[in-house]
Order: sequence, then structure tokens, then C-alpha cells
Amino acid sequence: MLCQSCNQKEANVHITKIINGVKTELHLCEDCAKQKNEFNFSSPFSFGSDLSFQNILDGFVEVMGGSKPQYFEEEKCSVCGTTFEDFRRTGFVGCGNCYKEFNKNIVPLIRRIHGNIHHTGKLPRRAAGLLKLKRRINNLKEELKMAVNNEEYEKAAKIRDEIKELEAKIKDQETRG
Amino acid sequence: MDKSVENMFGTDIVLTSRIRIARNLENMPFPHKMTNEQTRKLINEVASSIIDSNSAIAHTFDLIKLKDINQLERLSLVEKHLISMDLFKNYDKTAVLLNSDRTVSIMINEEDHIRLQVIYPGLKIKEAYEYASRLDDLIEEKITYAFDSKLGYLTSCPTNIGTGLRASVMLHLPALTITKNINNILNTVTQVGITIRGIYGEGSNAMGNIYQISNQVTLGLSEEDIINNLLAVVNKIILQEKRTRGIMLEKQGMELEDDIYRSLGVLKYARVLSASECLNLLSKVRMGIEMGIIKDIDINKINELIVKVQPATLQIIEGRELDSRTRDITRAKIVRKSIS
Repeated sequence: MLCQSCNQKEANVHITKIINGVKTELHLCEDCAKQKNEFNFSSPFSFGSDLSFQNILDGFVEVMGGSKPQYFEEEKCSVCGTTFEDFRRTGFVGCGNCYKEFNKNIVPLIRRIHGNIHHTGKLPRRAAGLLKLKRRINNLKEELKMAVNNEEYEKAAKIRDEIKELEAKIKDQETRG
Repeated sequence: MDKSVENMFGTDIVLTSRIRIARNLENMPFPHKMTNEQTRKLINEVASSIIDSNSAIAHTFDLIKLKDINQLERLSLVEKHLISMDLFKNYDKTAVLLNSDRTVSIMINEEDHIRLQVIYPGLKIKEAYEYASRLDDLIEEKITYAFDSKLGYLTSCPTNIGTGLRASVMLHLPALTITKNINNILNTVTQVGITIRGIYGEGSNAMGNIYQISNQVTLGLSEEDIINNLLAVVNKIILQEKRTRGIMLEKQGMELEDDIYRSLGVLKYARVLSASECLNLLSKVRMGIEMGIIKDIDINKINELIVKVQPATLQIIEGRELDSRTRDITRAKIVRKSIS
């Protein structure tokens, strides 16, 4: 077998990698292997070059949707302009909003990668607080409507003040952030 | 000894424990989509969230913009695992916050806006996570993270989504490598969402027999579960390594001893040492020390050498750029001086 890198010398170094059950083999001659291996500072933050996420991703997309269905090319994130095709090619989405816009196509992928689609870990402390505040305000607004309908103006004023207070809190937190 | 080196290694089969948390800011495109202006803003905001905080640790951090240091210094940070290759490659727009004892490195504008890393010597993955999580909270006091109630922390690559957590333990596994058992382990652990890779070099051809065991799955498990799963696997691997060493000692004790002392001999007297040869010899000597075969060499000296013989760090020690042959000669000289 010839070396996959230089296609000239006999391949006598064989590398097998398995990530999430996906197996890739690499056959190299000694020189190319040495070159590849000579201080490959492949960081713990990224995958090896020949077994990158996007290579695997491409496989996933093909398995799931056939090769390059038309609608992939049309999908485009309204915030950052990344298309699903961009994501497919690079393995990267452009912003947090991409996950919303590509939801239909990206969630099955995420499920294949992690075997799950529900976060059960840590919550951002401050954002969790904000979410709670916003929920409370929504509830109060409902109460306010009811109070007004029932002509309980004193109660309505109280609720209004509380809403104002909470909104100021949110504003304060958001500007600090 | 250099503080960062001291923190890089434990003293036994486990070298270091590392936690890495990926985070992104809300309402800001991910790094590869950012403008220069946004990049500058990001660096300032993240740096300020630590340095200008009321926390007692605030003053222990330094902000290093990668473009402000030279190529060798940057590469040396990679060799010491304080920054990633990604940060290195994009040096014109990346930065890192390092604490004074070099256990924490907060990379800014890596693949994600923030890559928070804590490295502790030895098997201290839980402690490392606890500290990383506290720093994460500190940053979050000033910054709102991109977070989805269902998918968790959003990352630029879906492989990190959810917890954004990569927990790794660095292990020295010469016996499992020599006996080729490492391949079986590699196949087995991938089935439970764990990966093993060589730190220097790739796959089964890891140089220096140092491997990184880390979780692959980041979504659907709590941080605690991820760490406990990893620990369970790591403990099994350590046991295997110890058993294999025992068997080698029992069946081929003289050959093993011979191999270890030959390695020491070459390190003591060689005049030209390539990086890979050097790392492999150092690994054997390290195993000799760990097994009590070599008694008169301090293991920390070997740890220190593993870092010193890396190309960029080597050149920084020498104070100049060296071609590959001169590096090999210099490497042999440094090793000789250190262990004879």
C-alpha cells in the first residue's frame, strides 16, 4: 500500500482513530508520519486534522438527508448570515441564533453527537435570575389586567409599582452585563 | 523550577488534571465571524470581568495579547499547554489571561469567545472543576452568556454544546503502550463517550507515552456525571498500567531494567537527540523512577526536561532561534547537563 500523504513510498505506519464509534484509518510512510507527528501540538481543544468534526459531520448529514438536499443551501441565519451549507462545510455555526434558525436540521445532529438534546448541567446564575424576573413580570401583568378589569385601582397601582421596580432591576442587571 | 512546569506534572502515572469550559457572549457573533472592533471589545470585556472584579484573585491575573509577544514565546505557551494551537494561529486577534502560578488560563477569542482552563498536577479533576466553575461565575457577574434553556451553553461547534465542559486527565502509560494494550483501551473507552489521544503525536503513536483521556459528550450529562464517568475510566486505566508494569517486571524484569538503563545511558551520553527520541527515552526513565528501578534521579527533573526539550522552549532557553540540527545538539546538551 502506498502512503496516503505522498503517494510515493510504501505505507508502513498505520494509524487508527475511533471517535464516537466512527473509525478512520490513516496509512503513511515513515517520513510523512514523522512529519505529521513531529510535535503535533494538536491541542486538547480541537480534533486531529484528518478526523475533524466537519468530516464526520458531512457523513452525518449525508446519512440523514441524502447528499446535499436543496433546502440546506437556502437556510440562512438572519443575524449573522451563516448558511447551513457554511456550517456543513466548516463545522461551525456563526452565532447563538444559528441554533434557533437551523434548529430542525441541527438538533438531530446534536443528538447523534451527544446521544441527547437536553442540557442538565450548570445554569448561568445571573441569566437564570433574569429569566425568573421576566417570568414574574409577565405574571404580574396578568394580575394587573385583572385588577383593572375588576376596578381594584389601589391594588392595580401596587402591582404597577412592583412591575416598574422589577423592570428597573432587569434594566440595571442588563446594563451592568 | 519554573512555576508553570511544577504545575504541569504530578509525580506518578497521573501527570495533570485539566478542565476546560467553553463560553460565548450573548448577542455577539462567534469568533470566526467577528469584526476587529468586536474582537477588541470582547478582549476588554472578558479581561475586565476578572481583573476589575472585587475578587481577591483579580490582581493575580495578567492579560497577554498574543500579538504583543514574539513567535517563540507564543509557541512556548503552547508547549506548556497554557494556550491552544487555535489561539496561537490567530495571534493577531487573540489574548489570554494567565494567573501567576499558571494554573489558570482564560483564552479569549479561541474557537469560542472564552475558553477557561484550569490545570492541576496529579489527579485533582474535581478540585480543578470547582475552581473553574467559580471563575466562570466571576466572569458571569459582568458578562451575559449565550445560553439556551434546552441546549445549554451555546458554542460555535456543536461538539462542545451544553456544559461546554472538557475534562481531561494526562496519563503516562509506557507499559500499556509497549504491550500495545493501549489500542484495546482506545476501542473500549470510545464506547462510553471517552477519548484517548497522545499529547505529543497522534493516536497509537503517542510520543513520550503521554496520553490525554477526556470526555467526548458535553450535553445531556451534568458536570458532576461527566467528571465521575471520566474518573471511573481513568482509575481503570491506571490499574491496567500498574498491572501491566507488574507483569513486565515479573516476566521480563531483566529486559525491562536493561531497557530503562539503556535509555538513561543514551540520555546521559548522546550528542544529538531528536525530539521524539528524547521524549521516548525520558518516558522510559520516568517509568524506571516510578517503578523504583532508578532511585537516584528526581522525577521532577524528568518533568522539567519534558518541557525544556520542546522546540520553542528550547530556543527560548538558548535565547536565539536554532535550526533543527542545532536544536537536536542543544537538546542533547541540556539533557546531558541535567541528568549526569
